[in-house]
Amino acid sequence: MKDVFRQVGRDMRSQKLRTFLTVFGIVWGTVAISLLLAFGTGMHKQMIKNTAGLGDRIIIGWPGLTSMPYEGLGKGRRIRLSEEDIDHARLETKGLRAISSEYSNNMRIVYGTKTMAVDISGVSPVFGEMRNMIPDWGGRFINDLDMEHNRRTAFIGNQLKKDLFGEDDAIGKLVLVNGSPFQIVGVLKEKSQDSSYSGRDHSKMMIPSTTYRALTGEKYVDNFIAQPVRGTDSKIVMDSLRAAMSERQRFSPEDKEALSFWDTTEQFKFFDLFMLSFNTFLGIIGCLTLIVGGIGVSNIMNVVVEERTREIGIKMALGARQKSIMTQFLIETMIVTGIGGAIGFAISITICAFFPEQAVEFVGMPRVSPLVALLTASALGIVGLVAGYFPAREASRLDPVVAMKL
Amino acid sequence: MSLGLTKTKTNGVPAASNGSSIIHMDAIRKVYDTGKVKVEALKGIDLAIGNGEFVAIVGPSGSGKSTLMNLIGCLDTPTDGRYELAGEHVSDLTRDQLADIRNRRVGFIFQNFNLLPHISASENVEMPMLFGGLPVRERRERARTLLEAVGLGDRTEHKPTELSGGQMQRVAIARALAMEPAILLADEPTGNLDSSSGGDIMTLFNDLWNQGRTLVIITHDQALATRASRIVEIHDGRITRDERQ
Ligand SMILES: Nc1ncnc2c1ncn2[C@@H]1O[C@H](COP(=O)(O)OP(=O)(O)OP(=O)(O)O)[C@@H](O)[C@H]1O
Ligand SMILES: [Mg+2]
Repeated sequence: MKDVFRQVGRDMRSQKLRTFLTVFGIVWGTVAISLLLAFGTGMHKQMIKNTAGLGDRIIIGWPGLTSMPYEGLGKGRRIRLSEEDIDHARLETKGLRAISSEYSNNMRIVYGTKTMAVDISGVSPVFGEMRNMIPDWGGRFINDLDMEHNRRTAFIGNQLKKDLFGEDDAIGKLVLVNGSPFQIVGVLKEKSQDSSYSGRDHSKMMIPSTTYRALTGEKYVDNFIAQPVRGTDSKIVMDSLRAAMSERQRFSPEDKEALSFWDTTEQFKFFDLFMLSFNTFLGIIGCLTLIVGGIGVSNIMNVVVEERTREIGIKMALGARQKSIMTQFLIETMIVTGIGGAIGFAISITICAFFPEQAVEFVGMPRVSPLVALLTASALGIVGLVAGYFPAREASRLDPVVAMKL
Repeated sequence: MSLGLTKTKTNGVPAASNGSSIIHMDAIRKVYDTGKVKVEALKGIDLAIGNGEFVAIVGPSGSGKSTLMNLIGCLDTPTDGRYELAGEHVSDLTRDQLADIRNRRVGFIFQNFNLLPHISASENVEMPMLFGGLPVRERRERARTLLEAVGLGDRTEHKPTELSGGQMQRVAIARALAMEPAILLADEPTGNLDSSSGGDIMTLFNDLWNQGRTLVIITHDQALATRASRIVEIHDGRITRDERQ
């Protein structure tokens, strides 16, 4: 086996141009496809980040004034929803993945010598997930135990954290909210948010809704957030939600003003369509690149085999067995593919590393996937192998004289 | 120039085959089928060559000398007839067994040298030993000894393109000797050389024969032919003269 490698090494060194061209073909293909997909996924991630800053396909609901008379009750009546209404809707609504109430008010926060007025929301644990509030390293969102024990815990936005604590660690610190001490359990991981309904999340504070109600005596929610099961039509979920709430609050299930919604899933429809066409586009370009690269590599391989037939004939005349000739050929292809793939991967990574900071905001951070590089290099390697393997095998099956004369 | 190799053993038939032939051909025919025309290059060759003979094959161009030589060296397969090499029926052998015969039993020297152009003289000589499975250390040493023996001790790392015709042919001879074959086959070994380097090569062959090898050489060179122990003349695919001298 060592001998085979020695032979391969020698042949590759002696055929510098040929080796270089093959390696170059594979490098080129790997770089092209790796970068294409790196920018594609980077852009995809950035767009999701921006679009889903408010939440991942959520519906926001606000109780309002009735706009039509119902069962003898006049119009213009204010609808107030309590936690029981939310619980009822959670059980009765079809196609609902999660729902959380939200109570909010502007309150005074004191930390050390600093005093600030902050928007505080009382929410339940699923709220964080639905609204894409991801805790930064070391922290967490409100959890079930916080809810159960009316704990005074708080999750704060990253801007608020900076305003209160500067560069210091916030987790575990105590702040006074309307005079009561609250412990910070998590800080929002920075996110892009291009829309909101009550201020940006980075300057808010989230506390358990049970604690909020105990602290303020508030009985009625300001709004609620619902997330349909993925793939369910949001219209059906909204109708079902309105129907469930109207049962207890006695308003017409047709009354669009008694309970109004903001359906953020609408904007995802366009987004999904866009991503689909974008990915299709990338896929087609990628395939074309692979085909062109494959043709290049297989052409080189064909030339290689042609000029090699004589060499194979000589080797057979000297007593080489077919297997040893083919083994050498296979190993050579694998080494060339490996080197080409590795170089291509390295080049792609380098290009991404020097990608200008300012552009990241628009097209996202390109990220090279080792798997993609591996697959591309392998695909090109296999093309080269197939292109070279069969002619080489043909040659090694000839009588030595015949091969030498070709 | 003398060949500083002492012959210990060769990969041939046992020495006991005194008088018995190492090469035995019976009604050998070879037809080249080029699609449109069929060329019958050999029209029934009966030839027996004994151990230790020095045979010169002569004849006009296109008479079938190279064709016969390629068959003897198992580089090609006959259309018809029986061929026994060192007691084995060649037509019964597998491709791998044929490869081993080419590797161990015969050393082939071509008119156009057929060296691999991109590797050094030493690596060319090592090539058969590589296929024969010799360890790398032994290959190196033996290649050096052989190249020194043919007078190229100072050219081991040169590429064939950096050598003269005579030097290339001597590399090819060293390569043919690498696996200690009992039979040496040479197809016009001096055909591409000037008379002086041709003379060196002829001396080399004489030494090899004196060491007990069986030599079969195709030649147009009258001087080389007269050194042989036997002359076989071919005309139009048939043996027309066969005499020992
Ligand atoms: N591969 C081939 N295909 C078809 N015909 C061939 C082939 N090789 C040889 N021949 C024909 O077979 C005949 C014998 O050729 P061969 O090469 O054996 O001649 P030769 O005696 O070696 O001639 P020279 O002295 O010129 O080398 C010639 O007529 C030649 O044209
Ligand atoms: Mg000839």
